Amino acid sequence: MMELDKDKFKIIGCENADADVIVRPNITYWQDAWRRLKQNKIAMVALVMLCIIIFMCLFGPYLAKYKFSDQDMSLIDKGPSAEHWFGTDNLGRDLFARVWIGGRVSIAIGIVGTLIEILVGCIYGGAAGYFGGLVDDIMMRIVEIIVSIPYMIVVILASIVLGKGIGALIIALCITGWTGIARIIRGQVMQLKESEYVLAARALGASSNRVILKHLIPNTIGEIIVYISFDIPSFIFAEAFLSFIGLGIQPPDTSWGAMASLAQPKFQFYPHELMVPSLAICLTMLSFNLLGDGLRDALDPRLRQ
Amino acid sequence: MASEERKLVEVKNLKKYFRVGRNSILKAVDDVSFFIRKGETLGLVGESGCGKTTTGRTVIGMYSATSGKVFFDGVDIHSLDKKAKKDFSKRAQIIFQDPYASLDPRMTVGDIIGEGIDIHGLYSGKQRTEKINELLGLVGLNKEHANRFPHEFSGGQRQRIGIARAFAVEPEFIVCDEPISALDVSIQAQIVNLLINLQRNTGLTYLFIAHDLSMVKHISDRVAVMYLGTMVELASSAELYKNPLHPYTQALLSAIPIPDPEIERSRKRIVLEGDVPSPINPSPGCRFRARCRYAKPICSEVMPEFKEVGKDHFVACHLL
Repeated sequence: MMELDKDKFKIIGCENADADVIVRPNITYWQDAWRRLKQNKIAMVALVMLCIIIFMCLFGPYLAKYKFSDQDMSLIDKGPSAEHWFGTDNLGRDLFARVWIGGRVSIAIGIVGTLIEILVGCIYGGAAGYFGGLVDDIMMRIVEIIVSIPYMIVVILASIVLGKGIGALIIALCITGWTGIARIIRGQVMQLKESEYVLAARALGASSNRVILKHLIPNTIGEIIVYISFDIPSFIFAEAFLSFIGLGIQPPDTSWGAMASLAQPKFQFYPHELMVPSLAICLTMLSFNLLGDGLRDALDPRLRQ
Repeated sequence: MASEERKLVEVKNLKKYFRVGRNSILKAVDDVSFFIRKGETLGLVGESGCGKTTTGRTVIGMYSATSGKVFFDGVDIHSLDKKAKKDFSKRAQIIFQDPYASLDPRMTVGDIIGEGIDIHGLYSGKQRTEKINELLGLVGLNKEHANRFPHEFSGGQRQRIGIARAFAVEPEFIVCDEPISALDVSIQAQIVNLLINLQRNTGLTYLFIAHDLSMVKHISDRVAVMYLGTMVELASSAELYKNPLHPYTQALLSAIPIPDPEIERSRKRIVLEGDVPSPINPSPGCRFRARCRYAKPICSEVMPEFKEVGKDHFVACHLL
């Protein structure tokens, strides 16, 4: 065994005041979430992909040489070429211009529809969870009744009654869609309002407004963001589906679903006409879903290191 | 220390029942009476689920009482209107058990401590920052910590933040709801000594809830023992530890390890048989009788009265 001499050691002392010093730099919740999201490669790829798609939807139509509604009867059903990058459809319209114009409609419906849903769902679910008891019982039974009716039947009936167009479509999709987020928010609020820090705020004399604004909303915002990122693709899909069966967007407007619907009868001969909108739908939905996965991991406080 | 005359908190026949299911009633606190003098510390001990926390929370009005009254400075706190209730919340505060659950993860430490200041509009702007820094210093943290988030702190530091939050409104009475049971032993002493120092400097009154008997002895002037929603014994801490009268208290005290191996070896433990009965729909009579070595027929018929047997020594038992 090695001999350890006493004079090999030296007392360097220990400052009592240093015991509580935190060496880590100051980092907010959102900075931390962003840091963790950046580490998730798949989510970052999805985020970049989404940025490209949204950028192209905003500016793509201006890059195209043709307007999305310009018809050229001499160039019907042509494949991709230098003139028409994604080819043309059955009326000789430029698919490159049309896919971005269609994307505007699809993504706008996704975002607007989701925002309406979040607004209604948060208020409804928040009220049910916060007041609890009988109020909660009645409100949640109503939700269950709405959920028990098949979603597509409600949407199809509603869009028949409300007529066709973007506004009618969004309303039809939102009539039942808000129940999901309402349930999530209710559960969260019920759990949070019993948490000790809310009890502490109440013991300090905090009003309901203060508890809701300072404690409940900041602590559910992560959940809401994750829900948004999963909800937008489901709106895009529902819109595409309704447009595909002829209940959604009507010409001269277009959307990815409407384009796919138009291309479907002859896709054996001109597959690119179906490929372009379907690929756009797939990539957008996939990106939103992957980003949502990443966000869920990044915003979960239990996973933070 | 404590002036004999002035009772800051007086609890009379407090009952708190919770409905569980359609026909069941959980009697969390069942007819409890006690008082706390100004400037003293009343320890409240008992095993898990005996209603300590419920008592503490009802005393500061976080739960409304099923029946009975809680007087604070002579005023029944359960009959206060909205404004008076807010004023009361400035005078009576609570420190929670779990330092991990009791701090909002999305708020900075400064905002957590400043919450009471904001609610009551005590200070604003620069004064608010100064007050928060002063409170941080009071509990042994640095003012740089004000911009940090709770997850960056250890359990003991978090508990000190919880203490600073309660102190921010300069209360007269604090319910300490097991403030040390979630911490490890070395930190426990730190927190308890902090509480004692703060009491010395400001003349605070504590209701100190715990299940660690030696810690309660260290901090309390008087100690109350609860069993299954009822109070079984209440005496000054020296008297209770020297001369426990209720069989349950005797059993509890016999479980304290003694830091001397010679005596520890010869220590006789009173081991209680069975488990704590359910507080849901309890049968009449003494709550402790099923586990009591001295149970007599009368114990299962009549609930024993909480009576004074010596000076300031109250016991609820038929045998005395």
